[in-house]
Amino acid sequence: MLQGWIQIALILVTVIILTPLLGKYIARVFLHETTFLDPIFGPIDRAIMRTIGIHEAEGMSGWQYVQAVLISNIVMGIAVFSILFLQPILPFNPNQVGGLTWDLVLHTTISFLTNTDQQHYSGETTLSYGSQVFALGFLMFTSAATGLAVGIAFIRGLTGRSLGNFYQDLTQSITRILLPISFVGTLLLIASGIPETWAGTAQVTTLEGATQAIARGPVAHFEMIKQLGENGGGFFGINSAHPFENSNGLTNFIETVAMVAIPSSLIYTYGIFMGNLRQAWLVYGIVLAFFIPLVVMTAWGEFQGNGQVNTLLGSMAPNLEGKEIRFGWSLSSLWAIATTATMCGAVNAMHDSLMPIGGFSTLLNMFLQIVWGGQGTGTAYLFIFLILAVFLTGLMVGRTPEFLGRKIEKAEVVLASVILLIHPIAILIPTAITLLLPENLTGISNPGFHGLSQVVYEYTSAAANNGSGFQGLGNGTIWWNLTTSVAMLLGRYVPIVALILLADGMQRKQPVPMTDGTLRTDTGLFTGVTGVVILILGVLTFLPVLALGPIAEAFQLSSGL
Amino acid sequence: MNIVQDLFKSIRIVVALWILTAVLYPLLTWGIGQTLFSNQANGSLVLNAQGQPIGSSLIGQPFKTDRYFWSRPSAIEYATLPEVAKTGASGASNLAPSNLALFDRIKPEAQRLRQSNIKPTADMLYTSGSGLDPHISLESAQAQIPRLSQARGMEPSRLQELINQAIDDRILWILGEPGVNVLKLNLSLDQK
Repeated sequence: MLQGWIQIALILVTVIILTPLLGKYIARVFLHETTFLDPIFGPIDRAIMRTIGIHEAEGMSGWQYVQAVLISNIVMGIAVFSILFLQPILPFNPNQVGGLTWDLVLHTTISFLTNTDQQHYSGETTLSYGSQVFALGFLMFTSAATGLAVGIAFIRGLTGRSLGNFYQDLTQSITRILLPISFVGTLLLIASGIPETWAGTAQVTTLEGATQAIARGPVAHFEMIKQLGENGGGFFGINSAHPFENSNGLTNFIETVAMVAIPSSLIYTYGIFMGNLRQAWLVYGIVLAFFIPLVVMTAWGEFQGNGQVNTLLGSMAPNLEGKEIRFGWSLSSLWAIATTATMCGAVNAMHDSLMPIGGFSTLLNMFLQIVWGGQGTGTAYLFIFLILAVFLTGLMVGRTPEFLGRKIEKAEVVLASVILLIHPIAILIPTAITLLLPENLTGISNPGFHGLSQVVYEYTSAAANNGSGFQGLGNGTIWWNLTTSVAMLLGRYVPIVALILLADGMQRKQPVPMTDGTLRTDTGLFTGVTGVVILILGVLTFLPVLALGPIAEAFQLSSGL
Repeated sequence: MNIVQDLFKSIRIVVALWILTAVLYPLLTWGIGQTLFSNQANGSLVLNAQGQPIGSSLIGQPFKTDRYFWSRPSAIEYATLPEVAKTGASGASNLAPSNLALFDRIKPEAQRLRQSNIKPTADMLYTSGSGLDPHISLESAQAQIPRLSQARGMEPSRLQELINQAIDDRILWILGEPGVNVLKLNLSLDQK
């Protein structure tokens, strides 16, 4: 048991140690200072900028930035939709998998474009190697880079800088951050047993004479960017539980650290932009104050196991349903919390089979969206909560609220509210409609309270751009494909537009000098208030579904079914 | 900046980034992987004496007969079903802890183990995440020693030795959980 907790601590400590190192590097990249990768990637950057006709990258205004994000994303979406739709006639399809329905193609395209990577298909039986590498593998870079670029533009605006140039930020996110780390990580993964081959599925005769089909493919490079970019869409149906996506303790370590590394470091990067590292570490503290208890609660629940099964066994044993021996209760629990906290959405154990406390914690993460949060956007959401906390405390003491030396006024509060409110709208309304339509309820595979959790989880995962699932749900229908597509689009682009406009407005304001009367935001007290604001604004809306889902299931289970 | 201008810029940047991330990056990692780690890069296949692949050291197999150590229950029969013979498969039960179907499955399984004089352990009752888990716990392997000793006529101490040799241990003594690789173990049974 102790070993399990030590491994959780080890991964957490690694993430914390990496934070200032990677955070400083990311800041250097986006402040356009020199970095050690300049000799290699400088020429590539410049070549890409030249192909699009930018010689001296000019800064963009808010609406220009929004327009560039939306149009480039539409172009990527159309390209990927075409590749997936034409799969049957395109090459690199050694297993000769057939075509996809239009609604599945649409859902998959939107899912990977929005960095969600919710999958209503199983990779090995549905997609060709070409579709995985040339369509989805591409979006894994660009969707993560889009999020990062927006996150950086946001902090630039908040600190009075120009928002920057989207095309340049998109390119540099890839060439300076995602690609170099992925390259090194991929080689480590291959050495540890993750395949990287274009040969088709291997058919073997087992020792007992059965014919086993061993799916493989160009997995390793896909796996690394899947984790690092917080994409989460697995090459194989069962994602990182598959031995060919996550073969041992070392690959699990690399993949877990990779999925938390960038959102964690970005808080430090924000600190450098603000010129206030103390503020950054305090915000970091808020995140840890949510993250660590959720990990401990989930791990404790899995360790104690299913009471009903334990009675049958005659002793206490961890809940291993949907778990792999090589990860056990501790690494599976840590991963489940990390993946729902960071909006990665990859899984190394099945969330549908988690104990109720695990279901509760994973849902809570996705409701909050700021326990690390999505690539780029998560850190921005954290600062949205800081702005709201400034506003609320400003009202209490009767002062004009200010944040980072700029006044918070009506426009900022409206935009922050939009970001806050779009989340419950994109989750609860489709959930309610789905529950009203009896034909959709047949997709629910686990009866009772857990069935409600399955439906809520699906829309929450879509709206939070997470992509994990209670995978028992029969979600491969037109209804699920289309409604979750809407939730993903709302959850992605509405906040992005609001974030950029908010940053643009802040940048244009006159800075106000700091006086004795200024409410300092880098204090323990204010940080505590922010934590409470997050809890109240973020959780209260969702408390009823948590009570009817996982909490009710926990009572049901403890009362002996 | 008008929309048409952005559209042309977007098309060109998408092509440039596509070449970088979807062509050059996979090509380079594939080349290095195939050159330096060709066994791992092709799926860690295990060959028999005739050079035929009989499995992968990372992927479990269904073992049901008396002559072999049994592996964990799998929701997909370790990808041996005829309908996935061309592509392969992975999958889990996705049963909630509160689902009665879970107990309907576990109870007969526990019964079956007890009939063979094996004390049921958690990993032999719960299905794995991938359906391809190559491992069982040390405890589950040891519980099967008397059964194997009888079926194969081998000394229990010899079997214990083979189990110890088939353990995939933690990496660097700390990362991951140890497990007995069932295919490795059963291969060593056949070789003796």
